[in-house]
Amino acid sequence: MTVPQPGATPPSLLRNFCIIAHIDHGKSTLADRMLQHTGVVDARAMRAQYLDRMDIERERGITIKSQAVRLPFTKSTGDDAGTTYVLNLIDTPGHVDFTYEVSRSLEACEGAVLLVDAAQGIEAQTLANLYLAIDADLHVIPVLNKIDLPGAQPEKYAAEIAHILGGDPDDVLRVSAKTGEGVESLLNAIVDEVPAPVGDADAPPRALIFDSVYDTYRGVVTYVRVVDGKLTHRDRIKMMSTGAVHEMLEVGVISPEPVKAGEIGVGEVGYLITGVKEVRQSRVGDTVTSNVHGATEPLGGYRHPNPMVYSGLYPIDGDDYPTLRDALEKLQLNDAALSYEPESSGALGFGFRIGFLGLLHLEIVRERLEREFNLDLISTAPNVVYRVVMEDGSEVTVTNPSEYPTGKIATVHEPVTKATVLSPAEYIGAIMELCQSRRGQLQGMDYLSEDRVEIRYTLPMGEIMFDFFDALKSRTKGYASLDYEPTGEQEADLVKVDILLQGEVVDAFSAIVHRDSAYAYGVALAGRLKELIPRQQFEVPIQAAIGARVIARENIRALRKDVLAKCYGGDISRKRKLLEKQKEGKKRMKMVGRVEVPQEAFIAALSTGDTGSSS
Amino acid sequence: MPQVDTVFVGGGTPTQLPSADLVRMLGAARERFGVAPGAEVTTEANPDSVTPESLAELREGGFTRISFGMQSAVPHVLATLDRTHDPARVPEAVRWAREAGFEQLSLDLIYGTPGESMDDWRRSVESALALDPDHVSAYALIVEQGTAFARKVARGEVVMPDDDKTADKYLLADELLESAGLGWYELSNWARDEAAQCRHNLLYWRGGQWWGIGPGAHSYLHASAGVPGRGRLVGHRWWNVKHPAAYAQRLAAGESPRQDGETIDADTAHLERVMLQTRLRDGLPLAELHPAGRAVVPALVDRGLVVTDDERLTLSLQGRLLADAVVRDLVD
Repeated sequence: MTVPQPGATPPSLLRNFCIIAHIDHGKSTLADRMLQHTGVVDARAMRAQYLDRMDIERERGITIKSQAVRLPFTKSTGDDAGTTYVLNLIDTPGHVDFTYEVSRSLEACEGAVLLVDAAQGIEAQTLANLYLAIDADLHVIPVLNKIDLPGAQPEKYAAEIAHILGGDPDDVLRVSAKTGEGVESLLNAIVDEVPAPVGDADAPPRALIFDSVYDTYRGVVTYVRVVDGKLTHRDRIKMMSTGAVHEMLEVGVISPEPVKAGEIGVGEVGYLITGVKEVRQSRVGDTVTSNVHGATEPLGGYRHPNPMVYSGLYPIDGDDYPTLRDALEKLQLNDAALSYEPESSGALGFGFRIGFLGLLHLEIVRERLEREFNLDLISTAPNVVYRVVMEDGSEVTVTNPSEYPTGKIATVHEPVTKATVLSPAEYIGAIMELCQSRRGQLQGMDYLSEDRVEIRYTLPMGEIMFDFFDALKSRTKGYASLDYEPTGEQEADLVKVDILLQGEVVDAFSAIVHRDSAYAYGVALAGRLKELIPRQQFEVPIQAAIGARVIARENIRALRKDVLAKCYGGDISRKRKLLEKQKEGKKRMKMVGRVEVPQEAFIAALSTGDTGSSS
Repeated sequence: MPQVDTVFVGGGTPTQLPSADLVRMLGAARERFGVAPGAEVTTEANPDSVTPESLAELREGGFTRISFGMQSAVPHVLATLDRTHDPARVPEAVRWAREAGFEQLSLDLIYGTPGESMDDWRRSVESALALDPDHVSAYALIVEQGTAFARKVARGEVVMPDDDKTADKYLLADELLESAGLGWYELSNWARDEAAQCRHNLLYWRGGQWWGIGPGAHSYLHASAGVPGRGRLVGHRWWNVKHPAAYAQRLAAGESPRQDGETIDADTAHLERVMLQTRLRDGLPLAELHPAGRAVVPALVDRGLVVTDDERLTLSLQGRLLADAVVRDLVD
């Protein structure tokens, strides 16, 4: 039996598919099992979750960057038993922040395996990605995983999936990625059910970039799905969105280590190496063609990734600013969605304003900065993008409370999202209460099964950024899942709340909130700061204010006694050492006017929690 | 070697020992170093460990100054402090000391003991003043880690008073002492006149040198030469092992009781001078400050924490309560 080679595989033998699953539902384990079953990795070389490369991914059990792997599979059932096919498993990011990347990965496939934990049922993000797959005309193969678990309820969740997809519960495949049970049937089903790719082999080449990864040794590795024509290692290629031309250094496929190939043709999935150093030069969604006799029409759907949420990141030790700058440069090589610019804060010193796709993206970037570059960081409260229209008709885009205009404001517009919550039905009340308190508008509710509901709300994105997810999890004992997608903007009665220490605005604590929650925000934060800031040699009033109007006030009483009464010969060394220690401690204080604020106070006050409009 | 100008026996209850032993120790100092004529020779004493005879013997043996650990005039406060003496014993001890002819007599008081009311404290200060002492030391109670008292606080059996209350007690003490004619010359020390100030303690605060003898005692001697590469060496400080048994063992074995020590370079000496001299009524010479420290002086004056003349900086009454904060500002 011969295995079809890259560049010489007829489309009829190709099947391109992805796996749609929620975090923890076993996608990586299933992918591992497929690698093993098709013999591209032997058990000894098997590393758990082979496809998730970065440490963070492995630890969090989530996949941030997609990958693609070529699996030769010899059919074991049906008329074509014995025929060797090539399956391309295209791994998709699982989280809501990366919807656009998901959509590009889906675009590279003809089929999708919908993988659902048989003990938990479908989750909101999975449902959202499923809808994306259906919109992209993918053939969906529903599969229940973890059927070996004692808590598995395959009948119940098969019915649920059948209800969503409009099929028969008996058609839902059942596997255990852990034991390997059912994996072969699934591979056979993929060949039988997923359509073979279709393209024009004689047309100028067109390939969709569905991922782009920075590698320290190779530069940017670009993952593509060839739609028409072929890409050969001798080509000079052109990025159609920018017209940039690059020398092709290498073409190949991943199986699961990179394997060089002379060319890849219609329907094939592989990688290109061109020597570019930044993933921004090789953007997801763009079309690759050849420089000479290239295509004129790009494949549709390219979109520039726009940051949805901004946050300031500041090194706790001001001396780390250059390290942070270098670290961001390095991360940007591998993260086209990351944008940043220098920013300074009266309270926090020098740092960067960073745009993210969403909260997870923010967390991942922050964690990578702290872990890989050994930085200690303070991040300011996440801020969505507001559009402020002034009475004179001019417009201001606000990504940071400090940019909020002071003049006469006509209207303020905030981004809104369509949010979907999936939850056991018993938490409907708690979820609705939460969404209502976050200015949500109920759009609809459906029962997925007897005891599981899908609740749809329109929610301001700013409210979601404000610890909504934590609040949702705590009100539903962790059972609810959330998905949201931006749908546009709405006018809202928003105000900027400033926090003043001794009459000085502390920029790091300013926030744009709805007028109705401004008071609660002000009272909560002022109260919290009172606990966090030590008494000073003078009274320190803490005020929350909207413009010049004070809406909440607390007072830190003046410190009256700070003296060690006794200091004789035997006390001198000890007392001096204490003084030296205090001097060091003072360096870590941030001065707000005359007020010494410990770093910890900023960190604690900015680490969201209960300052929110939820109160 | 210069003769000693002051001798101070303290840091416990020296008068637990027979007076003859204390006199012998003074004799040893006399032999080893020489004691200057007119030297100040102090012993601390517990009011219930002295008799007219023991005091007379000390005075005759060369002690010139006595400091009684009165602590409080209020029985429940003394009980909390684990002090066993009867407050009524204090006036007697003071009378005997006067009769024995001590030149200077000091009383030690402690405020801020858990359970002590403002009236309790007023009573203690007034009782002390009724005895017409030459000198009073008044300390806020410091709970030392590792003591039984600290464990009681940790277990919540006693509750330390609010710092603001303790500040009020300091102000009350200062008011009562000053109006009785005792002027502050160091944060926690008041004296009838310059002659009544404790010369020995002033030596600590002014960077003088001393030998410390006994378990846990610190010594400080000025350096005679610099150490290359470490900046100018100003002095050596070292201290003895703390436990009396360990100390005795070392001496018996003919070993030095020194436990550890440090060298004091010019920067460290500067820090110590600011730290200690700021606490004195004489204040800190402005010339002592580095430019950064000098720059904060006007703000400290504005805040009413210090007063200055052309040459010196002195704490205000309010500043005395915040002395450590002032020092931190000055050494920035």
